[in-house]
Amino acid sequence: MAIEHANVLRAAHLARLGVSDAQAERYVDDLSRILEMVDRLAEIDTEGVAPLSHPLDATQPLRADEVIETDRRDTFQKVAPATADGLYLVPRVVE
Amino acid sequence: MHDKTLAELARGLAAGDFSSRELTTSLLARIKRHDPAINSFITVTEEQALEDADAADALRHRGEAGVLGGLPLAYKDIFCTEGVRTSAGSKMLDNFIAPYNATVVEKLRHAGTVSLGKTNMDEFAMGSSNENSYYGPVKNPWNPTLVPGGSSGGSAAAVAAGLAPAALGTDTGGSIRQPAAFCGITGLKPTYGRISRYGMIAYASSLDQAGPMARTAEDCAMLMNAMAGHDARDSTSVARNVPDYTQDLDKPLNGLKIGLPVEYFGEGLAPEVESAVREAVKVYESLGAQVIDVSLPHTRLAIPAYYVIAPAEASSNLSRYDGVRFGHRCEDPADLEDLYKRTRAEGFGDEVKRRILIGTHTLSEGFFDAYYRKAQQVRRLIRQDFLDAFTRVDVLMGPAAPTTAFELGAKADPVQMYLQDIYTIAINLAGIPGISVPAGLADNRPVGLQILGPHFGEAHLLNVAHVYQQATDWHQRRPEIKE
Repeated sequence: MAIEHANVLRAAHLARLGVSDAQAERYVDDLSRILEMVDRLAEIDTEGVAPLSHPLDATQPLRADEVIETDRRDTFQKVAPATADGLYLVPRVVE
Repeated sequence: MHDKTLAELARGLAAGDFSSRELTTSLLARIKRHDPAINSFITVTEEQALEDADAADALRHRGEAGVLGGLPLAYKDIFCTEGVRTSAGSKMLDNFIAPYNATVVEKLRHAGTVSLGKTNMDEFAMGSSNENSYYGPVKNPWNPTLVPGGSSGGSAAAVAAGLAPAALGTDTGGSIRQPAAFCGITGLKPTYGRISRYGMIAYASSLDQAGPMARTAEDCAMLMNAMAGHDARDSTSVARNVPDYTQDLDKPLNGLKIGLPVEYFGEGLAPEVESAVREAVKVYESLGAQVIDVSLPHTRLAIPAYYVIAPAEASSNLSRYDGVRFGHRCEDPADLEDLYKRTRAEGFGDEVKRRILIGTHTLSEGFFDAYYRKAQQVRRLIRQDFLDAFTRVDVLMGPAAPTTAFELGAKADPVQMYLQDIYTIAINLAGIPGISVPAGLADNRPVGLQILGPHFGEAHLLNVAHVYQQATDWHQRRPEIKE
């Protein structure tokens, strides 16, 4: 399946990745060639084959619902670009 | 000291021939002298290394040193190391000081090892040549015009150049085995889930696995003893007994059944690689192994399936880099959307963006079944190929890569670069272990023999590799580095 200019811009928006119109044009070319290679998957009939999402077919183990981590907010916020009073700062969202 | 194996260094430390401080100091000096030309390290942690070494020496004086006590290692810059920059080779994390240690780092520290620093890599482990690093490409110590392979190219080059006796890498589609092959060292990708991924920056979570890179299979076995095991902090790590990987290294190989996948010796394989690999197989025959041809019929679908699954997982994993909690943030964002979009446009390199876009596209509405679901179905067929083969043979052998190391800049087309991983990628999809061992030189470029085993067959793979290394000397060849 070929990828169109509009698909690239849509994916870029969904991924919140800034891509200019000119850059999108270049990605159309790159991504189309990658998808062309991926299209080989269509050659084989996989009717009735269960999808494999974990190589050992493991299921998610559950642990007891209890607090095991200590509060390390200050440590983790030390590497944040902008914080105040224990909160992460971003541009105003609601006026 | 720089060309000794980990096992030899361990014996030297135990015998008191030298201290960990002497060993560490000599390696740090070597890094200073040679790494500017190779670029295998992103960060050298000199102070910490000397502190670690002194602590290890003190333990040894008290008679409390373990097998790995005082041995220096380097970590691919994808493992979180507390208080030390952990960049994943990306501008996005250039300013990121990890607030905790990865489990595997913690385990190796606990074993008394010394951390020399963090090695260069393709950005977020996406690449097969180490040319995708924000910190510049790594040069192959065998020839500075060649790539070292990727994505764990810095780790492979550091070991090959004698800057570190061993290093850790990660392997999502061949990122330990292919650079090990290109640099003439030994690299093991363990079974998926054998080693904790906690604190290892995620690329494709159902494929990523850490592993040791060193001169010999014996060295890899020593490291595996400390690295493997279940971790409550990684729910995909497997709760299964960890054997002593060094115990059966010398077991004779009489009657070993080796399968040669016919698909791994076809079109695209360089003749000099094929002849070196076939020569290695003959060595095994002389050691009492039987060789039969087998088929892995879905091999040609491995790269297409991988380039759906890995980018899909990556697009989700990399959504955390949003300029809010850590890492790069753009200047003066106009609003929240601008903050996200510009931060990510500035912080990620070209290949990472391509994979985010592919992954987002294939997961998006209207495309999911045709791509992602289909790729997961094919993934099951690929795994079944290996399960079927291992009912007939003990191990599979073939080349680790279709060619020897190529020139820097030679593969500008992304699809051409992806085809590099033709013999390694299916192994991650199937979750089985694989090891690359030095098996020859062609035009002074190392060739890697890849050996594959069934799930949790690492101990046997290490045995099969070790016996070969007792019979050959390819693993002892070193690149010529002007002192």
